[in-house]
Amino acid sequence: MSEGRAGEMFFWGVLKRDLLLSFRRKSDLVNPLIFFLMVASLFPLGVSPEPTFLAEVAPGVIWVAALLATLLSLDGLFRSDFEDGTLEQTLLSPQPLFLVVLAKVFAHWMMTGLALTLLSPLLAVMLFLPAEGMWGLMASLLLGTPTLSLIGAIGAALTVGLRKGGVLISLLVLPLYIPVLIFGTGAAQAAITGLPIAGFLALLGAILVLGLVLAPFAIAAALRISASS
Amino acid sequence: MAEKKWMPRWFYQLASPRWCYDITGKLLPLFAWTAVLLLLGGTAWALAFAPADYQQGNSFRIIYIHVPSAILAQSCYMLMAIAGAVGLIWKMKVADMVAKCCAPIGASIAVLALATGAIWGKPTWGAWWVWDARLTSMLILLFLYFGVMALNSAIENKTTAAQSTAVLSLVGLVNIPIIKYSVEWWNTLHQPATFTLTEKPAMPVEMWMPLLIMVLGFYCFFAVAMMLRLRNEIVSRERRSGWVRDMIQTQFR
Repeated sequence: MSEGRAGEMFFWGVLKRDLLLSFRRKSDLVNPLIFFLMVASLFPLGVSPEPTFLAEVAPGVIWVAALLATLLSLDGLFRSDFEDGTLEQTLLSPQPLFLVVLAKVFAHWMMTGLALTLLSPLLAVMLFLPAEGMWGLMASLLLGTPTLSLIGAIGAALTVGLRKGGVLISLLVLPLYIPVLIFGTGAAQAAITGLPIAGFLALLGAILVLGLVLAPFAIAAALRISASS
Repeated sequence: MAEKKWMPRWFYQLASPRWCYDITGKLLPLFAWTAVLLLLGGTAWALAFAPADYQQGNSFRIIYIHVPSAILAQSCYMLMAIAGAVGLIWKMKVADMVAKCCAPIGASIAVLALATGAIWGKPTWGAWWVWDARLTSMLILLFLYFGVMALNSAIENKTTAAQSTAVLSLVGLVNIPIIKYSVEWWNTLHQPATFTLTEKPAMPVEMWMPLLIMVLGFYCFFAVAMMLRLRNEIVSRERRSGWVRDMIQTQFR
């Protein structure tokens, strides 16, 4: 079997395992989504139920809610593997670590980012987002949420050895999320007002590519450091 | 065979905590006096003798604090990341300590830059704070410093803490070019860079000369703060080693 083919099979194996694990623990899968819905529904209650106002803030609210929901799910990304010793075995195995990391992040994205993107039209309707903005919002979420998973995984890897990593992750990761948030909401806002959104999407795509190339190495290094202590 | 030396001897000697402690002890008064002279001279020149701006009058004079602190806050982050990388790659204890000492100093300098910016913004823009690209990216820099400090204090093992913070500060390095070019990429309220290495400053010599002196003074001040923290860190980490015990015994007999 050629080297590349083996790596590919390895990638899909890890991905399948992670997806299977999270489907067995349904609460991990559903909790971020419920959280996403709840945060977004707090805004009409807390700020103003006025449709015109809500339509204006909808992209920002949905994006911030998606960001917080992703943060919530990050702590579990490597924790169970770390606790039952799987992580150490993975670190010792001859397989390239960045492949494992990439597969795990991809699985995490499918369970949070992708699910959030699919759920976002519901929230958009609840918040009176104009129909023209819907595609902009979904496209920006689709391109932006993988970056959130990638950057978040760095924070999760750095804090995996700590007992109370939860709050620390948000402190480490939120500043790095800000550019994604800015361009993501920018795309949705532009779509509402009928401006071209290709530029925003291109920037989100560029950030995603940069993250895909560099983040796995940072995550792998962070995992090695966390596991060695 | 005489191998060509690509690194001067004093440089790798810095890797020894003891040697580093000795050399910083010798350099400290030099830098402290230079910092005092430059900062006092620069302040006096800037506040009393530099001509007032034709548009902003005297309120522009805060530039002499604002610009040096903004430059220093970013340089300090770069030093933190570089020292972290050196510690990560060559496992040098002193580099880890330098990286650790950078964060609190950098955070306070970033606060200074943001505060002076707000004070300057009020008379010129009419608002303390504007959500402008340069300001926001500077705020992110402050948050990154906070994150680094939080991570470093959360991990008990010193080596692991240093390595983890190094990874985090290297990741956060992406923010530095964003701050640098934010005023060029986005057309915002903030004015473009005051100093560039390649072009002559747009202001007259009497205005930029004191600014240059202040920048140098700030760097010297940073060196002093850095060395003080570093020496403290060295003594506290090496407290079980013989030379620290001897030194303390001879000093506090």
